[in-house]
Amino acid sequence: MLLSVEALHIPDGFLSLPVSLIAWVISITLVGYALRRVGQDLGERQVPMMGVLAAAIFAGQMLNFAVAGGTSGHLIGAALATILMGPWAAILIMTSVVSIQALIFQDGGLLVLGANIFNMAIVGVAVSYMVYQTILKITGNTRKGVLIGGFSAAWLSLEIAALSVALQLVLSGTSPARLAIPAMASVHALIGIGEGLITVGALTFLLSTRPDLVRLGKTNPAGSRIVWVIGFLLAAAIAIAAPLASTRPDGLEWVAMQGGFIDQAKAPLYQIIPDYLFPGVANEAAATIAAGLLGLVIVFGVGVGVAYSRRNRQASGR
Amino acid sequence: MHIHFLDPYQVGISPIHRTDARVKLVLALAFIFTTALVPVGAWPILILLLVIVVSMEVLSGVGVGYILKRALLALPIILAAFPLIFTIPGMSLFSFSLGAWEISASIAGVERFISIAMKSWISIQMAILLTTTTPFPDILVAMRAVRVPRLLVAIFGLMWRYLFVFADEAVRLLRARAARSGVSDIAGLRTGGRLVWRAQTAGGLAGNLFMRSLERSERIYVAMLARGYDGEIRTLPQAEMETYNWIVLGFGGGIMGLVLILSLLMGA
Repeated sequence: MLLSVEALHIPDGFLSLPVSLIAWVISITLVGYALRRVGQDLGERQVPMMGVLAAAIFAGQMLNFAVAGGTSGHLIGAALATILMGPWAAILIMTSVVSIQALIFQDGGLLVLGANIFNMAIVGVAVSYMVYQTILKITGNTRKGVLIGGFSAAWLSLEIAALSVALQLVLSGTSPARLAIPAMASVHALIGIGEGLITVGALTFLLSTRPDLVRLGKTNPAGSRIVWVIGFLLAAAIAIAAPLASTRPDGLEWVAMQGGFIDQAKAPLYQIIPDYLFPGVANEAAATIAAGLLGLVIVFGVGVGVAYSRRNRQASGR
Repeated sequence: MHIHFLDPYQVGISPIHRTDARVKLVLALAFIFTTALVPVGAWPILILLLVIVVSMEVLSGVGVGYILKRALLALPIILAAFPLIFTIPGMSLFSFSLGAWEISASIAGVERFISIAMKSWISIQMAILLTTTTPFPDILVAMRAVRVPRLLVAIFGLMWRYLFVFADEAVRLLRARAARSGVSDIAGLRTGGRLVWRAQTAGGLAGNLFMRSLERSERIYVAMLARGYDGEIRTLPQAEMETYNWIVLGFGGGIMGLVLILSLLMGA
């Protein structure tokens, strides 16, 4: 359906190139830093631990429960990974999960993978961490605090990630703000409750079987303050931008649609060919013909390529 | 039950299968990039790209039907762009009234919607083609070749190795839950507990899976140590590329370049 959980995995074709590229730059920077940080904390354990836990979170997304009318809720896992493994490790785990989903199962596109990593691995983890740490600080490190913190972290991080997806779609001119933002916000407010309950269930289980694991999330406080700040800034920025964008569709959307954003970004590219015509071709009709010829050359090239390799295959005995 | 059927790779001997994974990864990314740059409403280019990807599918021998079916499964999200038809101002195509609202579909909106749908459909086919014709370990090697950090590739590789182990584990947990849960046919007799309770039970399974995986990762680490692991990720040097692969790379790159130029022309 339109707003299944998978709505958080953006496919290729849905984001404009500038939005995808900016998201790539942010994601690469933070994931690169996370790799270094986790390397310092875990040393040579990093690869086996991160790989195995990413596989576990991936498989954990199969664990579901019936909601109503044939629908079901299932785990996404950013908050759980953050609470148990600390923010930097969780960024790596979620990045791996999102990347493998895109690479192998086409759950989310390849060119927009940077944006999907940003939404699920960076927004999801940083906001989870910020909420969980804040609540633990208020309630003290008690069982109740852990559970309340777990629920709130799961709910809010999913909500903010969903709004971040909606904003990217709006910025790309793919969805109208006044529909996409409220729709994503309300549906994920519900899905977030499921995510929160599963996270609480998992934490309850671990508190009674391996209470040491629940304390594991406390890594080097100095470095983690950065994550808290990132989480706070992301949550605040997205939470402010989303309602603004949806109540004044002439804001963001205007930027996206009225050509400002998209065309400005593309303009330098088109400048390669002066006046949008073929270099050296003076009038428009001639340019159109040139374009048509170019198309023919491409089709011909593909045809020849296919035929040639077919012949090769037959020659090699098939 | 084993979840090996999750692995989308299909064995074959087609020219596509034979092509080096590095070439395939780079060309698939270039293709998706090119598709992203196609201007709205440039139908000839979109059809051209569709022809290219479908030709590759035919050539791969994987089965066009199989790829198209998988591509459709992944696309319900296209509905997210559907409202564009009615919100983009432009020449009206048709209009109807819904209660108090007068809703009208614009030609510009329809063009944009179909462009997004087609781009996304074309791109996903190329991604499916890549994974059905390339074994994942080869994709990992290709990722190294395009300078994805060594550690990240190692993590992906290990994750891939244990994905199926944990998928099996998750299936076992679900089966055990089903075995513990009674279901009654008697009308009016409620089974399955409250929603909150069900969610928490699923959470218990997740916690269980997490605990098992953490313990397993310890054992794996110790086993790796026993085999001489010292934290350094060593990979075989990248193999030389045969002439065939250079030809494919040049040919594919050339076509993508031409399509890009065509996009620029149509962009006017």
